[in-house]
Amino acid sequence: MEARPVIRVEAPALPEKQEGALPAEQHALKMAARDVNLWYGEKQALFDVSLDILDSSVTALIGPSGCGKSTFLRCLNRMNDVIEGCTITGDITLDGQDIYAPQVDPVQLRARVGMVFQKPNPFPKSIFENVAYGPRIHGLATSKADLEEIVVTSLTKAGLFEEVKDRLQESGTGLSGGQQQRLCIARAISVNPEVILMDEPCSALDPIATARIEALMDELKENYCIVIVTHSMQQAARVSQRTAFFHLGKLVEVDETAKIFTNPTDVRTQDYITGRFG
Amino acid sequence: MSDAAIGGVPPVREFASAESNRRVRRRYAADRRLQAYGIIAIGLAVGLLGILVTSLVVTGFPAFVQTKVDLATFVDPAKVDPKDPAAGNYRGLVRDALASFMPADATDKQKTEVTKILTSDAPYIVRDYVVSHPDAIGKTITVPIAMSDPFDQLNKGVIPKEVDALSWSQVRYFERLQNRGVVVEEGGRTSLKLDVYVDPAKIEPGPPPTGDCAALARDSLQAYLPDVHDTALFAMLADDAPDAIAKLVASDPNLIGKTVQVSFPFSAPFAELAEGKSPKVPNPRFTPSQIEAFDAMTAKGIVHMPFNWELFFNADSRFPERAGLAGAITGTFLMLLVSFALSFPIGIAAAVYLEEFAPKNRLTDLIEVNINNLAAVPSVVFGLLGLAVFIGFFGLPRSVPLVGGMVMSLITLPTIIIATRAALKSVPPSIREAALGVGASKHQVMLHHVLPLAMPGILTGTIIGMAHALGETAPLLLIGMNAFIPSIENMGILEPATTLPTQIYSWADSPERGFVSRTSAAILVLLGFLVIMNLLAVVLRQRFERKW
Repeated sequence: MEARPVIRVEAPALPEKQEGALPAEQHALKMAARDVNLWYGEKQALFDVSLDILDSSVTALIGPSGCGKSTFLRCLNRMNDVIEGCTITGDITLDGQDIYAPQVDPVQLRARVGMVFQKPNPFPKSIFENVAYGPRIHGLATSKADLEEIVVTSLTKAGLFEEVKDRLQESGTGLSGGQQQRLCIARAISVNPEVILMDEPCSALDPIATARIEALMDELKENYCIVIVTHSMQQAARVSQRTAFFHLGKLVEVDETAKIFTNPTDVRTQDYITGRFG
Repeated sequence: MSDAAIGGVPPVREFASAESNRRVRRRYAADRRLQAYGIIAIGLAVGLLGILVTSLVVTGFPAFVQTKVDLATFVDPAKVDPKDPAAGNYRGLVRDALASFMPADATDKQKTEVTKILTSDAPYIVRDYVVSHPDAIGKTITVPIAMSDPFDQLNKGVIPKEVDALSWSQVRYFERLQNRGVVVEEGGRTSLKLDVYVDPAKIEPGPPPTGDCAALARDSLQAYLPDVHDTALFAMLADDAPDAIAKLVASDPNLIGKTVQVSFPFSAPFAELAEGKSPKVPNPRFTPSQIEAFDAMTAKGIVHMPFNWELFFNADSRFPERAGLAGAITGTFLMLLVSFALSFPIGIAAAVYLEEFAPKNRLTDLIEVNINNLAAVPSVVFGLLGLAVFIGFFGLPRSVPLVGGMVMSLITLPTIIIATRAALKSVPPSIREAALGVGASKHQVMLHHVLPLAMPGILTGTIIGMAHALGETAPLLLIGMNAFIPSIENMGILEPATTLPTQIYSWADSPERGFVSRTSAAILVLLGFLVIMNLLAVVLRQRFERKW
């Protein structure tokens, strides 16, 4: 199994791209939200959020706790559907298709828009099974060999394969926190999504594991559109090309990361990134 | 210190002030008191449990061994036809075999008495042996045969061979007379010296004087203990006691109408009592010939007490020495099987729907409350329901494990539903999100992730529910699942059956002495099953418990 060279992602050529995010026009529009309002029962959590998410780049959502950034993230793959009493208005499109249209099945949507959560949450199954689960339920593999290849590819892309290649049958919960999170990333990319949503993926990890995940995001953004929610402004500055600032359920400002952190338009953004509140 | 306070320095707070010391002491005392209450409560519970188990073991232990006789039986070809061994005269064979323990001139009545030493099934035991060993015909075989209950108890020492000849009250009367000083020693023997009023109404002067001297003797004895109205009192007087009066009156007819002192001889047991011994008589349960034969068998060394496998492999019987639990265990097993097959899937389906899919509205709230209430309904009500609905309305047969299992599933369902919901709830939401995040549908999340993770909790709840059903008695009595099942052949979910608790109930009701220990033994078996089931639940919980 380990003999298969399947690395598609190549690490070099990244540094110069990172310098000052690419202008928005060079990236295709992947997802777009228009006038999204969301209520949890009586309480409105999002107010008229309109945001463009560009392909092959990392978009960071920042803002103080409870500002609605995670809620917005979960709208992007309809994870809010399972929450009782949650109502949503407005349009969210993926490649121009409305993802809330009645003919769109959330299960199919989630195969295209994967998600990584705050706390590493591998299934209490083997490492192999963790990654193989998604392809299996979506019928992506026709044979055992296919499935193995997908697992190896996904683990390699997530930068975990070398560490776990000898113990694929051991439990995924036995890994360290950082490894577990990378396993979750491998699981997310195993179903070949186009967009990966990351909800504070590093908040439960130590700085070294965080650095690994951030490097991984840099690699992955070549092929995936990544949206990350983070509380760490340094992290947003390091990994993202575009940053959106949320406050009290409203999208205050969205722009290239460099601009947000050096010359924000809105005074609330200014106050937040300089640590006046939040 | 006050100077320092004036200077602006806060007063030094001491740990050791009298006030704070007192508070600390009081708090420690309260802590200790609370601990002591807990220890007392646990000690009490453990102690009571210990008493219960000890009394069960002590009472039930004799039932785990059974007195048997290795009876050498000559299989007489004249009585057993080799062509049809099942139809032979085995009663005669056993009777002949027992003859060697009786005197040669024993009467038929005595022979019949001695037959009763063995269980009434003895001929069938020999028959079964001969049928399975046809070459035994014409030879002498030695088959262990269970003794009948009274002799089993005799051998175990539960029933004594001799009993006290005098009752406790008779001894008491004797002591009272002794205190009155009327028990005297005369001429080497003790006798009762009483004042007798020779009542002319009872004695004809004769000559020779005739009359009811026995009544006179009784009256005079009664006069000493006027508060006693017990004919057992008169057993104190020897049979020849009235003769003492008769003799006296014969020698001097003038005594009629006067009061005289008469020495009455004691009857044999009281004479022994007067000598300071405790008089005994042979146990009236057994006839002398029976005791003689029993002693002969014991002397020959063919009486022994092996482990009572029949307790587990025989079905019920009217004779305690042949009664076993196999029928009850089979019936219980069948009933639990039905109950499990019904309540496990229904319970899980109901719990999964309520927990995962049901909309939260008043109807589901109502259902939820009622499920919790069901768990508190007395089981006898479920029994009545089973009787009315399953038997009365649906027309299912009585006494069968199918109906028992259906009633039991009503009892176990709330337990299973509540346990399953708790187990489902305890699966962390992160696992559901993870599965949803890779695009699993709701039922895939449920079947692939949540249910397997909740399974240990569900199984634990199910086993506890089953253990509950195992011990239920009242509903089974209502649907008649306390049938008398003398054979475990033909048992099925549509055949009448009995269960362990109902078997205990019917054995506890039986008058035979052997059922006393068997009842306790059956309770021990039932408790054993309960302990095994609960251990299984604990093992499952520990083995499959996952940590997140």
